[in-house]
Amino acid sequence: MSLVGPSLAVSALLFAIGVLGVLVRRNAIVIFMCVELMLNAVNLSFVALSAAYGLSGQIFVFFVMTVAAAEAAVGLAIMLAIFRHHKSVDLQNINLLRG
Amino acid sequence: MTEQVFWFFAAVAVVSAGLVVAMRNPIASAFWLVSTMLCLAAMFFLLNAQFIGVVQILVYAGAVMVLFLFVIMLLNLGRAPSDLRRAPAWLVGVLLVGVLASQLMPLGGYTRERLALEYTRSTALASPGVVFDSTMSVTGMDPATATLERGVPGDIAAPLFQQYLVPFELTSILLLAAIVGAVVLAKRRI
Repeated sequence: MSLVGPSLAVSALLFAIGVLGVLVRRNAIVIFMCVELMLNAVNLSFVALSAAYGLSGQIFVFFVMTVAAAEAAVGLAIMLAIFRHHKSVDLQNINLLRG
Repeated sequence: MTEQVFWFFAAVAVVSAGLVVAMRNPIASAFWLVSTMLCLAAMFFLLNAQFIGVVQILVYAGAVMVLFLFVIMLLNLGRAPSDLRRAPAWLVGVLLVGVLASQLMPLGGYTRERLALEYTRSTALASPGVVFDSTMSVTGMDPATATLERGVPGDIAAPLFQQYLVPFELTSILLLAAIVGAVVLAKRRI
């Protein structure tokens, strides 16, 4: 039996857990970690399909990792700036853009 | 045997991911996320993507998570009194995720034959010799065998530095922009 189907199922489950974290939690850093979890889940499905269809999937995972690293650096810098201003990273206190 | 090992790592990955969401202390969340990422690396190894697995451990479990822990400890975030959204938003979130998961789970029944049937109405694409990926130069060979024959890093390097050279160079510009952006944002005064 090939591992492609089970990998896609695990990837779907991890993605759903990541979405749950983004929707339910309030701490901005934990939400950020859940976004990383979603990126990882998608990477798993890329790798699973590349095991069946060729290497482009793995190269795409490489690019996703680069973008995720850049995103983590910039995102955490933004969080530091927000914390310096609001003394908190709780998203309920940061609602300046609300209409 | 491979399958049992795969299911073990899959179970640990899913449980750790659940604990990332459930833990109230951000540092505990970060450590469970490291556990998820290590399990994913193990699954990459089992799927014949050894290079990606090593990069996953080095870049994600190593560099990115150290950055997260560093920021959490720098901001001195402890246990918040309550870290969940209020009742209506919370329930809507759980409902949406239930719908999403139930829609995505049928992917578990995926096979080559089914994908080929759905896209072309014929099973011709299901044979390993016919692929719709230009990086598969060795036709008529199953990807795992082809990787064994060519070696793992060389297998990735050839398309990365030929076919995908321009995107690869563009990522270096992206990383430079990210470094400059992070310094500008985090500095008090420039």
